[in-house]
Amino acid sequence: MYSFEVDKPDSVDAAVSALQVEDAQALGGGQTLIPTLKQRLASPSRLVSLTGIAEMKGVSSADGVVTIGGGTPHATVAAEAASAYPALAALAGNIGDPAVRNRGTIGGSLANNDPAACYPSAALASGATIVTNAREIAADDYFQGMFTTALDEGEVITSVRFPVPDAANYQKFEQPASRFALVGVFVARFADGVRVAVTGASEDGVFRWSEAEAALSDNFAPEAIDGLSLSGDGMISDLHGSGDYRAHITKVMTQRAVRAAG
Amino acid sequence: MPKDSGIGASTKRREDVRFLSGTGNYTDDINVHGQAYVHFLRSDVAHGRINGIDTTAAAAMPGVVRIFTGADFEGIGGLPCGWQVTDRHGEPMQEPGHPVLAQGKVRHVGDPIAAVVADTYAQARDAAEAIEVDIEELPAVVDMKAALDEGAAKVHDDLKNNLCYDWGFVEENRDAVDAAIKGAAHVTTLELVNQRMVANPMEPRVAVGDFNRATGDHTLYTTSQNPHVIRLLMGAFVLGIPEHKLRVVAPDVGGGFGTKIFHYAEEAFCTFAAKAVNRPVKWTSSRSEAFMSDAHGRDHVTKIELALDADNNFVALRTDTLANMGAYLSTFAPSVPTWLHGTLMAGNYKTPLIYVNVKAVFTNTVPVDAYRGAGRPEATYQLERVIDKAARELGVDPIALRRQNFITEFPYATPVAVEYDTGDYNATMDKLEEIADIAGFAARRAESEKKGKLRGLGVNCYIEACGIAPSNLVGQLGARAGLYESATVRVNATGGLVVMTGSHSHGQGHETAFPQVIAEMIGIDESMVEIVHGDTANAPMGMGTYGSRSLAVGGSAMVRATEKIINKARKIAAHLMEAAEADIELKDGAFSVAGTDKSVAWGDVCLAAYVPHNYPLEDIEPGLEETAFYDPSNFTYPSGAYACEVEVDPETGKVSIERMIAADDFGNIVNPMIVSGQVHGGLAQGIGQALMEHCIYDDEGQLLSASYMDYAMPRADDVPFYEVDHSSCTPCTHNPLGVKGCGEAGAIGSPPSVVNAVVDALQSAGKNVTHIDMPLSPSRVWAAMQG
Repeated sequence: MYSFEVDKPDSVDAAVSALQVEDAQALGGGQTLIPTLKQRLASPSRLVSLTGIAEMKGVSSADGVVTIGGGTPHATVAAEAASAYPALAALAGNIGDPAVRNRGTIGGSLANNDPAACYPSAALASGATIVTNAREIAADDYFQGMFTTALDEGEVITSVRFPVPDAANYQKFEQPASRFALVGVFVARFADGVRVAVTGASEDGVFRWSEAEAALSDNFAPEAIDGLSLSGDGMISDLHGSGDYRAHITKVMTQRAVRAAG
Repeated sequence: MPKDSGIGASTKRREDVRFLSGTGNYTDDINVHGQAYVHFLRSDVAHGRINGIDTTAAAAMPGVVRIFTGADFEGIGGLPCGWQVTDRHGEPMQEPGHPVLAQGKVRHVGDPIAAVVADTYAQARDAAEAIEVDIEELPAVVDMKAALDEGAAKVHDDLKNNLCYDWGFVEENRDAVDAAIKGAAHVTTLELVNQRMVANPMEPRVAVGDFNRATGDHTLYTTSQNPHVIRLLMGAFVLGIPEHKLRVVAPDVGGGFGTKIFHYAEEAFCTFAAKAVNRPVKWTSSRSEAFMSDAHGRDHVTKIELALDADNNFVALRTDTLANMGAYLSTFAPSVPTWLHGTLMAGNYKTPLIYVNVKAVFTNTVPVDAYRGAGRPEATYQLERVIDKAARELGVDPIALRRQNFITEFPYATPVAVEYDTGDYNATMDKLEEIADIAGFAARRAESEKKGKLRGLGVNCYIEACGIAPSNLVGQLGARAGLYESATVRVNATGGLVVMTGSHSHGQGHETAFPQVIAEMIGIDESMVEIVHGDTANAPMGMGTYGSRSLAVGGSAMVRATEKIINKARKIAAHLMEAAEADIELKDGAFSVAGTDKSVAWGDVCLAAYVPHNYPLEDIEPGLEETAFYDPSNFTYPSGAYACEVEVDPETGKVSIERMIAADDFGNIVNPMIVSGQVHGGLAQGIGQALMEHCIYDDEGQLLSASYMDYAMPRADDVPFYEVDHSSCTPCTHNPLGVKGCGEAGAIGSPPSVVNAVVDALQSAGKNVTHIDMPLSPSRVWAAMQG
């Protein structure tokens, strides 16, 4: 770790202004950033901690929408979204281990957009809205590839709004070492159709599997996608699995998610 | 009735109080006043020529005390290799130099190039980044077969090629084995990989060097399984420090698994630098450094052929292995694929003809050396896999095929140079079949199939040579060390005992188990016995702990020393009671005169030894302290039968271990709870190897599995509740306790049963899968199922 300054503002406005400093970086729960700093792979001049901002914390539910503050840890989502959006709460409750879940935040996860993170699949499959200090961004526009998002420099995710589907489920197939998603599939059935978002698999980060969405919108049953297959091209291929394997597992997890969503 | 103390009691581990309450004293807990910190600048290329190192800017950075490079070690010894293997043509192995810091070339990612000593660790690291190294990258040699190609880049320019040795054993049998295979009714052939592993003890390595300018004494605190061996190797061969001026302390050590046997560059560096900079120097490995500087394990590629006659009797076995040495010869590396591997190829079976060929190869990778089991897991894996494959090819029951070929008469001289003193392989197999309920497997398989899972059952046997070993024998085999063990038993004036043992405990529970033995011998409470180990200033010259040898060899030394104590105490007691020595009996902590009611308590005898007012001074010296060195006459041969039941998810290839059963024969047992714990730990490591762990380099010699993000360690929910039994008992015939050792059994005995079980599961679904190389990760199993 190199030395750096730390700010801990208590409002979004103060955080945004603190982030104007050159080479300043926002710090959520630090579950990715702190290990990166310890390995000396990043050298921000200043960290602006977002954990002291009350207005960015908490889970609320109204009119079929669950809103989660950007600074809300996974464990809080697992506990407080359990009745309003059980599939999302279950996803949050199975990220990492208890230490990760008590520190890591939804805003941090979505801002980082790790290709193997769980949350991006929920946001994309739910058609969530990413709310920042400056604007609202539809999930379909937000995710722009591995570790790449629509966020501008210094822009802070203040909350995320999840429309609650009629049925949903997340299936994670874990990479054996890290237990991140080797493939994670979030399936959400709304009145106007089904959305399927896949994390962990693609070199382009989280993506929607449109053929599966069309088939499942017609018939929300595992066998509806029996005839579909994904190509291994463009899928991540590494020591834990080839692109073809990830493509295959995507289909298996999709079918399991549909079965579990009922 | 289970005993509640002494030999056979499951006494709770007294050391766990400090381990579990955070009050242990590990090497990193040791801070010497005024210490500086060292950070090693390590190579990030696998193979390269060092054209220049410029430390000017770095040396001027804040807090820097001094920067060392390979040039500072010119004229100083390199790290020695402790075992010389002679090849099939009678030539000694090729033995390259191993400088403390790289000289001329770097040979693996992680090879230390420079060392920065600074006031703080952060300053040392900052300065290391400012060192400018001009390295001309050379082609990396990674694949063992490619390394042996003519024209392959040479890891060591001064050697003929990358072949360390071409070993044949027993060389005289080579032609006879080939002929027997050629003429056999059936030959089963299997090619397999025993993958490279990283030991990953919970505690990374640490070294603290200290030098006392007033006395000229060096002290090294280090994470070692054998501090005396480090003192000898480093003192005599690297730094030229006589042993009486060098103290090596290995305090609490958080797991070793073999990887803390060896003498490492960082230890020599801290000892050397402490004198050079006139300050204590401390190094603590990060986990990332551990991946690229701790010796790795396994990494064998093998072809094995098993020949059977028409009645399914094993008639010959041939095995050809490429064994990776890495870039340098680690301390005992040459012995692992040879004498710790070839001598075990008979396994539990009476195969009359065996030939083992091993080519050891240098590559641009981290050195490979002993890892839990060391050679014996590699032997067991290939043998028990090829037997399983043979049974499937012949359509016979794998257990029946094993039983038919078991060695049943002891002692048994194998065709690979060792003599098993005792064993009963049918007994452990009977026990296994009973616990495993093999008869009920079909019903369990049907239940799994209802859930859409494929269930498989795998069985294997193992034998290992432990209690390493007779010094004269290992000397003939190339060891440059003796392998006895030592103990000093010091009785205090009020009757308590301190035992200074050359064995070293790094998780094995010696502090609990050893007192159980002595307490039983004297008839006193275990709490009256304290074990001291890990400090060359206290313990007599000992060889340390590895090869499941502590109780069998170190425990035997302790028994011998205690016998001397008892003999002397008996003389004192005879004097005190004015009786003949021959009439004195020791029972329940008191000496009595046979046939009388006269007795004197243990404590009174001890007091008399130190307050010799009424004492036979003309016959014996005062005091009560004895030392014994024990050199065994043979290895010990623990054995057992293991079974594994798996469920395979046919859609994903994911393997779940449903049952893991171990039926072992460890001979006599001192503490059954500790033995179970040792087996549990070994099973976790065996399952880790079978299903998860894999150290992988890419073609350029970059370590891909360099952190826990990619190197899959087993976690609690990856393993089942084990079913272990060690009630089978054929006591070792040649050591005083009749013990055999249990530390490595689980890691040796479990991988074949896991792989056998997965193959069984896939074949049950009609898949034509005869072998999958470890680790059986979901993607590998799935790929195998695709055909």
